Amino acid sequence: MVDRKKAPPRVGISAEGRSKTYKSRGLWAIKKKHGGKFPSHPKQEKAPVAAAKAPKYYPADDVKQPRKRHSTRQSTKLRHSITPGTVLILLAGRFKGRRVVFLKQLESGLLLVTGPFTVNGVPLRRVNQAYTIATSTKVDVSSADLSSLTDAQFVPKKAAKKKGGDKFFEQPEGKKELDPEFLSAQKAVDGAIAGSLEGELKGYLASHFSLRSGDRPHLMKF
Amino acid sequence: MGAEKTRLYVGGSILGYQRGKRNQNNNTSLIKIDGVASRPETAFYCGKRIAFIYKGKTKRKGTNYRVIWGKVTRPHGNIGVVRTQFRKNLPPISLGGRVRVMLYPSNV
Repeated sequence: MVDRKKAPPRVGISAEGRSKTYKSRGLWAIKKKHGGKFPSHPKQEKAPVAAAKAPKYYPADDVKQPRKRHSTRQSTKLRHSITPGTVLILLAGRFKGRRVVFLKQLESGLLLVTGPFTVNGVPLRRVNQAYTIATSTKVDVSSADLSSLTDAQFVPKKAAKKKGGDKFFEQPEGKKELDPEFLSAQKAVDGAIAGSLEGELKGYLASHFSLRSGDRPHLMKF
Repeated sequence: MGAEKTRLYVGGSILGYQRGKRNQNNNTSLIKIDGVASRPETAFYCGKRIAFIYKGKTKRKGTNYRVIWGKVTRPHGNIGVVRTQFRKNLPPISLGGRVRVMLYPSNV
């Protein structure tokens, strides 16, 4: 016969029965010591809770409780090749082919980049790292203060809707002006970075990246 | 903004559909990417987006050009051909045609 003690029990079935387990655990000895009862702590008295006031009214409609969420959103992992100061090549969008400087990863996982604007015309922008190629070139960005820059600054503010029907007679809006706060932030960041750029690096950032005939991006070292 | 002069894609030719001796599988197209000659070289392009661009008779969204998007799924064979899937299967008239293999999503 198989030694039941040595044989691994099946999942959900204990190797020994209830009474045998009781005996081997020595519970009987503990019980005997304390006069036939397991020792226990006296129950702590709870401080009396003030009776909750009944609400003045009972809601007519059932209010839905939001479901508890067990999963939390994980933050996007930054690619290893991207570190603050890395020069990135933008692959899509209005500024495709431009070389920009990576500043930091924002809460949303998007990358905060700048041209700098004075060098190649790319303003402070958010980009998805999937649409960038990281190069081996680095720029010193330690002097730039980025603590105040958040996702919220890049969300376009909605203009308040005007009531009334005289919209037809309104003058067409002129050129939209940028948020002065944003402009000053951009100036501060660009000033800190562009100052440290040397001539060659400046020219590199100002130039476009493009594939020419015969170029093989899979063999390139960026 | 000078985007026209900037090419950020690699060309490829549509070879046909994935197929056996008697049957073909229209939802997978085989594409030969320019300058890729071996299986290990295709690794860079796996997952990349592909655009099949064609011209329609009528204007839609202000242009005659239309696009079918797809992506590179995996290598096919040992000479640098890849399997691709498009949102709408490529039309038979596209066979022998050209596609653009984009550089995104990038993992460089």
